[in-house]
Amino acid sequence: MPLTDAQITALKARAKQLRYDIIDITGWSGGAHIGGALSLVEILVILYDHYLTIDPARPDWPERDRLVVSKGHAGIGYAALLARKGYFDFELLRDFNKFKSPFGMHLDGNKVRGVDASTGSLGHGLSMALGMALGARVQGQSWRTYCILGDGECNEGSVWEAAMATAHFKAVNLTTFVDRNRLMIDGPTEEVMGLEPLADKWRAFGFEVREVDGHDFSALAEAIDFSRSHTDAPVVIIAHTVKGKGVDFMENDVRWHYGGLDTDLIARAKASVEKLYA
Amino acid sequence: MSEGLTWTVYDADAMTQAEIYGQVLCDLGQRHPEIVGLSADLAKSTKIGCFGDRFPQRFFNVGIAEQNLFGVAAGLAKAGLVPFVSTMAVFTSLRAAEQVRTDICYQNLNVKIIATHSGSSFGQAGTTHHCTEDLAVMRSFANMTVIAPADGIETANAVRAAFAWPGPVYIRIGRSFEPRFYDSEDYGFQIGRAIELHPGTDATLICCGVTVRPAVEAAKVLSQEDGLSVRVLNVHTLKPLDEAAVMRAVTETRRILIFEDHNTVGGLGTAVADVIAASGKGCAFVKTGVPDCFCEVGYPEDLQSHYGLDTDGIIARVRETMNLEFEADEDWEDEV
Repeated sequence: MPLTDAQITALKARAKQLRYDIIDITGWSGGAHIGGALSLVEILVILYDHYLTIDPARPDWPERDRLVVSKGHAGIGYAALLARKGYFDFELLRDFNKFKSPFGMHLDGNKVRGVDASTGSLGHGLSMALGMALGARVQGQSWRTYCILGDGECNEGSVWEAAMATAHFKAVNLTTFVDRNRLMIDGPTEEVMGLEPLADKWRAFGFEVREVDGHDFSALAEAIDFSRSHTDAPVVIIAHTVKGKGVDFMENDVRWHYGGLDTDLIARAKASVEKLYA
Repeated sequence: MSEGLTWTVYDADAMTQAEIYGQVLCDLGQRHPEIVGLSADLAKSTKIGCFGDRFPQRFFNVGIAEQNLFGVAAGLAKAGLVPFVSTMAVFTSLRAAEQVRTDICYQNLNVKIIATHSGSSFGQAGTTHHCTEDLAVMRSFANMTVIAPADGIETANAVRAAFAWPGPVYIRIGRSFEPRFYDSEDYGFQIGRAIELHPGTDATLICCGVTVRPAVEAAKVLSQEDGLSVRVLNVHTLKPLDEAAVMRAVTETRRILIFEDHNTVGGLGTAVADVIAASGKGCAFVKTGVPDCFCEVGYPEDLQSHYGLDTDGIIARVRETMNLEFEADEDWEDEV
């Protein structure tokens, strides 16, 4: 069902808050993967606010929907969202990256409530998500699994092992996203290791592909709705995004894959986010 | 064959180590719907295929894709199931090492790995299919339990015990042409508890897997021909290691000889040496295995002979070791 204006307004408010949170935690932590966290904001927000059947009071509820954030370096945004959803106190994130903190850059599911899979090493998440989806099927359960891949991550051969198996096992209870922000650590994806034609690759592996603007809630909703109703083949949503989205001096700048923010930069970053939502 | 029967009713003489494993898994699967099976185009070779034939909805052959194999297993465990995964030891411990470490051990998931064709058991296949590193690799993963059963019957015990044991377990078996050692399953197998198979006070042979049977044979010969009293320990569990049994052997026999179908670096010998070194006790200590080289090609029995892991090799090594001198510890007798 298309999103209403009121729903979009609420989602935008959540996204704006999450961008502020990501900036704050980057400041507290001394350094974080801020660019890829900002590109992922709308995908995370719409999943948590609109699609995932979850109960933050019961993170281990067996019948909850699952999310595997395979691009685990987005942990800074993922943790902030989990806190805002009530899994834990947001103030705990002031210790991000610090000695014995439960929060490292790549979240540990055994330490952070609400994290369904510990990720960080790229190329692992889709396999785990497929296992979860097959696990639901084996047990006759109707919960759904979602997986978010980075685009650079799709260099990993294991992503394609998992893609082949997802189609082979017709795991249509799994929705896969690719956060296609077109940048990786060393430069543009097409310069470091070309991915295009990426949609054709997924099609060739047996997926139904939807390509959307990954910052457009309505477009994301339409694609996610499609993935939930399509039963002929698993669906991958290639979400075209902007690395560093919302912070003008970071957008599409490969240097902001990872970085720290001092007080001045935090103020500039927040002013830029404010403008995005003005 | 009906479910729930104990092992001794199986025709263990006619069944290989892996066939027995496959049968035990089927029996467990009959009683426990949470068990699922996975392989990577080796369902037939690893014998997990019989589980797949019996429970096709609970079996996943992911093709020749070992990284995905262990990642999917992790996801299934996350969904509340108990995956048993089988492929060759070399692909488990090396090709998919990171998935085993990061997806399974780091998350402390209830995944049971039965790795076949370990050591030199598929010796004729060459180095690509040998696996003389798996014990070193798997021991170094936190949360992992590591078991190397002596034969098919011990494999049956290990598989059942692994199901009852929380967390990840690695069970290393051979290619399944290994001779049977145990007569029945009823000998008190417990994870983490070494088994004394032959009493002795002059030396202790510490073994696992395929070296257990020749070590017992060697102890008998050494008793008859040399009048030596040689203890044999089946240390089927490398982690958690039975440190008390090791230290009893050190204090009571003062000569420790390790025999393992594995690189002499990082496996059973290293695990035992760590315990002895930390104790501050001195003893004669000799490791026999594949001496930090890639294993030659050949049939397993020829390779075991070549590396001194058969009965004759073990006897010769004990005789050499009896002549070794080592410095006595003045306080030793008080502490024994």
